Amino acid sequence: MVGFVVVSHSQKIAEGTVELAKQMAADVKISAAGGMEDGSIGTDVSRILAGIEAVQTGDGVVVLVDLGSAVMSSEMAIEMLSDDSNVKIVDAPIVEGTIFGAVQASIGASLEAVMDVLAGTKSYKKF
Amino acid sequence: MATKAEVLDFIRIYADKMAEHRQELTDLDQAIGDGDHGINMSRGFKAVMEKLPAVENKDIDEILKTVGMTLVSTVGGASGPLYGTAFMKAGMSTKGKEELSNEDVILAFDEAVGGIQFRGKAVRGEKTILDSLIPAIDAIKASIKEGKTMAEALVEAEKAAWNGVEYTKTIIATKGRASYLGERSIGHQDPGATSMAYAFQAANEVAQKAGK
Repeated sequence: MVGFVVVSHSQKIAEGTVELAKQMAADVKISAAGGMEDGSIGTDVSRILAGIEAVQTGDGVVVLVDLGSAVMSSEMAIEMLSDDSNVKIVDAPIVEGTIFGAVQASIGASLEAVMDVLAGTKSYKKF
Repeated sequence: MATKAEVLDFIRIYADKMAEHRQELTDLDQAIGDGDHGINMSRGFKAVMEKLPAVENKDIDEILKTVGMTLVSTVGGASGPLYGTAFMKAGMSTKGKEELSNEDVILAFDEAVGGIQFRGKAVRGEKTILDSLIPAIDAIKASIKEGKTMAEALVEAEKAAWNGVEYTKTIIATKGRASYLGERSIGHQDPGATSMAYAFQAANEVAQKAGK
């Protein structure tokens, strides 16, 4: 099953996003890589790396990011993997993307299928 | 030329500067960013100072790579991956070296610039670190080409870096959070260019102390 990592500057945003997504897709592996080790605001390459490794089952991992250094730190974490072929950063809204992606993964969608769905979330209309 | 002791000295002096100018960098960032640049850089370099004793007997490449790795997991903001990549790339270019020739120093700086450009997808003139870094390196190259010593070159490099910082006041930010402000970013000095200028100030101080 495809896994997810939520990368936010804020630990609370990352954890809250995981909590929301788990409500709809309890069996999907989603890790929260928010904030720094001491809880302060920021992004930390080693926390992201650990998050990816924690949810990788072999079916691939999608990394969702908030902004700025979340992108750069995630790129660095992916580069540090021995095999980064099935770990992708997606340009999607972090909350909606995590929920939509997790639901897709829970029904057995492949990494490519999840990425396709998430590519569409940028234009998703809330009303 | 730069010895391993000078490289270590540079890291220590730069770490001191990041602690000393913590508030100034944070104030600059508050004006156009998220107001954490000084806090982040001082936190990152404090962590570097804690890691340094464990690697100071290793080769220069190991020392620089350790600085980079520490920064990417402790700085927290964009400057973590940017400065971290710069130190790691510089480290890779000095593999196995106990001492750096002027050519090695220039290569290390070029690799650092390449790393920052790759990571930040930025070019000169976008109100970033690059606006003090690139002019400083150009000044080093020009000075060495004219036959000056590295110590003389670093005097020119520091001047060029601060001129670059001044230049950032005149341009619009198109990268990072400052870009959200658009034209309102004009008139403000870029915090990243400023922290980079302190790196050349630190390097210059080390070179003058060594007198070469």
